[in-house]
Amino acid sequence: MSVLVPFAEVGFAESWWIQIIKAVVIFLVGFTLVPLALMLDRKLMGRMQMRYGPNRVGPYGALQPMADIGKLLFKQQFRPRTSVGFLFAFAPVISMICAAATFAIIPFGGTVDIFGTEVGLYGIDVSIGILFAFAFSGLSVYGLMLGGWASGSKYSFLGAMRSAAQLISYELAMGFSILGIVITAGTLSLTGIVEAQSGMWYIVPQFVGFCIYIVSAFAETGRPPFDLSEAEAELVGGYSTEYGGGRFATYYAAEYFHMVIASAIAVTMFLGGWQLPFVDPPTWVDPIVVLVKTVLVICVFVWARTTFPRPRYDQLMALGWKILLPLATANVIVTAIIVVVTD
Amino acid sequence: MAWNPGEDVVAVQRAPKPGGAGGAYRAFGETLRGLKTTFGRMLERPVVYQYPEEKVPVYPRFRGRHKLHKFADTGLEKCVGCSLCAAACPADCIRVVAAENTPEHRVSAGERYAAVYEINLSRCIFCGYCEVACPFDAITMGHDYEMSDYNRTDLIFTKEMLLAEPLERTPLRTEDE
Repeated sequence: MSVLVPFAEVGFAESWWIQIIKAVVIFLVGFTLVPLALMLDRKLMGRMQMRYGPNRVGPYGALQPMADIGKLLFKQQFRPRTSVGFLFAFAPVISMICAAATFAIIPFGGTVDIFGTEVGLYGIDVSIGILFAFAFSGLSVYGLMLGGWASGSKYSFLGAMRSAAQLISYELAMGFSILGIVITAGTLSLTGIVEAQSGMWYIVPQFVGFCIYIVSAFAETGRPPFDLSEAEAELVGGYSTEYGGGRFATYYAAEYFHMVIASAIAVTMFLGGWQLPFVDPPTWVDPIVVLVKTVLVICVFVWARTTFPRPRYDQLMALGWKILLPLATANVIVTAIIVVVTD
Repeated sequence: MAWNPGEDVVAVQRAPKPGGAGGAYRAFGETLRGLKTTFGRMLERPVVYQYPEEKVPVYPRFRGRHKLHKFADTGLEKCVGCSLCAAACPADCIRVVAAENTPEHRVSAGERYAAVYEINLSRCIFCGYCEVACPFDAITMGHDYEMSDYNRTDLIFTKEMLLAEPLERTPLRTEDE
C-alpha cells in the first residue's frame, strides 16, 4: 500500500515519480483520443450518409479538430450580465475534470517491467475500481447543472434540468448493467475484472448487460440519439446556450472525452480489456489492443448516432425507467442466482 | 348475383400491433435493420460533388446570370431601351435609361438605345421574366451561378459587364446527361 493513496486500497502502486509520469502520459493519451474521436465522428458519419465529411483542412481533413478548437479558443469570452461569474467559468472545468479523472482507472495492460521497474499500465488500480468511474460520472452532472444555472438564462436552466434528469435516470440502468459483471468477477477492480475475462469476454454471458450499458452510455454521454441536453437545433442549446469560445470548447471536448471514457469502460468491462481471443501477444501490444478496441466502440457510438432519430423526452424517460432499469435488475438477479447455484 | 373480383383482390398488408413481447422483439429487429442500412451506406461511394473543384453541369435552360446581346454582323446592341424588362421584373432590380440614337452615334438597331442598363443581382430572383418580356431577345439568362462577392455595390452589373462575353465557369450538361 502506498501512502500516496490513503483513500482506497490499491492493488499495486509505484513510487511517486512513476505515478507523475504515468499521469502525464495518460493525460496525453486521453487528449489525443478526443480530437481523434471528434474526427472519427464526423468522418464516419459522413461516410454513412454517403458524403465525405470534413476534407479541407490538412490531408483528408485531419486537422479539422485543431482548426475547430483553435477557432473557438480565439473567440471573445462572452458572459451574460445575469450570469454568476465564478461558476459560469468553472462549470465547464468540472465537466472536463470528471471526464479526465475517470481515465485514470482505465487499465491498458497489467504490470510490465520497464527498464527494471515494475510499472502498471494504468493510472491507478483502486480496489473500488468501477465505483470510482461512477462517482465521477455522477459528479459530471454538476458540470451541466451549474453551467446551466450560472448562465442566468431560463433556456440554459431548463436545458440543465433536462439533461440532469436524463443523466441521473440512465446512471441507474448503467450501474445495474455493470453489477452482473461485478457479481461474476467477484471484484470491483478493473484489472481484476479484465483478468477474470481471460477465459471468455463478459459480452457473451452478460450480453443483455452489454446492450443496456451501451444504450445507457449513449444517454449518459449526451450523444445522439439521446442528445436531448443539446439537441443541435430543436431545443435551443440546453445548458450550453450561453457558452461560447473556449468555455464551449471545454464542454464540447468533455462530451467527446466522456464518449471515449464510456467506450474504454465498455472495453474493460465487456470486451476483455487488453486480452485477445486465442492469441497471447507480448505485453507491449496490450495498450494498442485496448486503444483499438476503444476506437471500435467509439465507431459504434457514431454508428448509432447516424442511424437513430432522437426520441421524445417522455420516450427517453420511459426507456430508461420502464425498460432498461427493470431489464438490468432482472439481469442482475438472474446472474446472482446462476453464480450462487453454480458456485 | 354479386360480382366476383377473382384475382384482382389486393389484400391490405397490416403491420402487427406494437407492444408486448412480440413488439419488443420486432423493435429490436428493426433497430438492427436500421443499423444494417447505415452500415451498408458506409461501403458505398459518396454521392456528393466536391464543389469548387467539381461543378454540377447545368441544363441548357438553366437561369443563371443575365447576358445582353449584340448583333453578330453589325455589332449593334439588340437592346432598344424600351424598359419592358424593367416593367416585367417582379423584384424591381433592372434600371434602364434610354437615349436617342443619332446618325453619328448609333448604338442600337432601333430608334433608341439603353444609355444605362443596370441589374442589381443582389435583388434579382432569377425568374427569367425579363428574358420573356424582351421583344428583341436582347437579354437572356446565362449559365453562370457563381456570383458571390464581398461587396453589395459590386453586385450591380452595368451594361458593359452584361455585354461582355462572360467567363464560362459552369459546365453545360450534354445531351445524354
